[in-house]
Amino acid sequence: MYPAAAPQQVNLVPIVRDDDVVRVRQAVRTAALAAKLSLVDQTKLVTAASELARNTLIYGGGGRAEIEQADNGRKRGVRVVFADEGPGIADLELAMTDGYTSGNGMGLGLSGARRLVDEFDIDTAAGRGTRITVTKWAR
Amino acid sequence: MDRVPVLKIGDILLVSIQVDMDDNTALALQDTLTERIVETSAHGVIIDITALDIVDSFIGRMLSTIASVSRVLDAETVVVGMRPAVAITLVELGLSLTGVRTALNVERAMELLELSRPARASSLSVVGDGLDVFDDDSPVA
Ligand SMILES: Nc1ncnc2c1ncn2[C@@H]1O[C@H](COP(=O)(O)OP(=O)(O)O)[C@@H](O)[C@H]1O
Ligand SMILES: [Mg+2]
Repeated sequence: MYPAAAPQQVNLVPIVRDDDVVRVRQAVRTAALAAKLSLVDQTKLVTAASELARNTLIYGGGGRAEIEQADNGRKRGVRVVFADEGPGIADLELAMTDGYTSGNGMGLGLSGARRLVDEFDIDTAAGRGTRITVTKWAR
Repeated sequence: MDRVPVLKIGDILLVSIQVDMDDNTALALQDTLTERIVETSAHGVIIDITALDIVDSFIGRMLSTIASVSRVLDAETVVVGMRPAVAITLVELGLSLTGVRTALNVERAMELLELSRPARASSLSVVGDGLDVFDDDSPVA
């Protein structure tokens, strides 16, 4: 057994400006440290969060990140939701393809973030905004 | 927006990224470095990323772009101080940092740049990917 995580509130970080992406990275790092993720897992989660927060800003027209401690009864981890009320993603399969960008990025944000986390869930449709939930568990 | 200072040591420019940069700061650094390479006729650029705890696709692209632009301007770029956790994450993200040379630390990067110097001074040619235009400005002692 591991010591039970203290009850945590959701840390809501608005994403409306460039430097908010930096704030999301820092808040996710803090949460990952608290959940005792290894250094490599912290780095993977923060990198995924950076990619997704930038997408929320650039493609979602702004939104928010919700960061919380996760606990499945066996393991601790960190869960982060990225939500916006932007245009949504019409062709999700295309958007998840390595190298695909509708802007001038490298097209690695969505596909790369999915590889870097343990759970990746995306809820989106044209005109309905985008909500992405990622979870990384401590090993 | 924070500015990233660029130091000049001989004909090498040294940049130590100290902050968690937002995207605009990264783009500004890219522009500043390009201007400084031209102004100073630098032959090498060393970018120290020891302080960076992540490199995402935006920073990765910045590093690749600086490397290709500097090459066109006859300067070689070496990135130093990448943390092991960052390197592991980059691979999984799918980023290959095309054209970016890396070294363990600033001293090694200096040696690397020193080694590549005779070759560049003696050739007047378009080589490899067709982007490397070497001029034969001053003979090196
Ligand atoms: N929050 C979002 N809202 C709308 N479209 C998005 C969102 N996130 C990603 N996309 C779409 O998915 C594509 C791929 O995203 P990504 O893999 O991060 O690559 P890049 O950011 O380099 O374009 C984007 O170009 C964009 O068309
Ligand atoms: Mg992206």
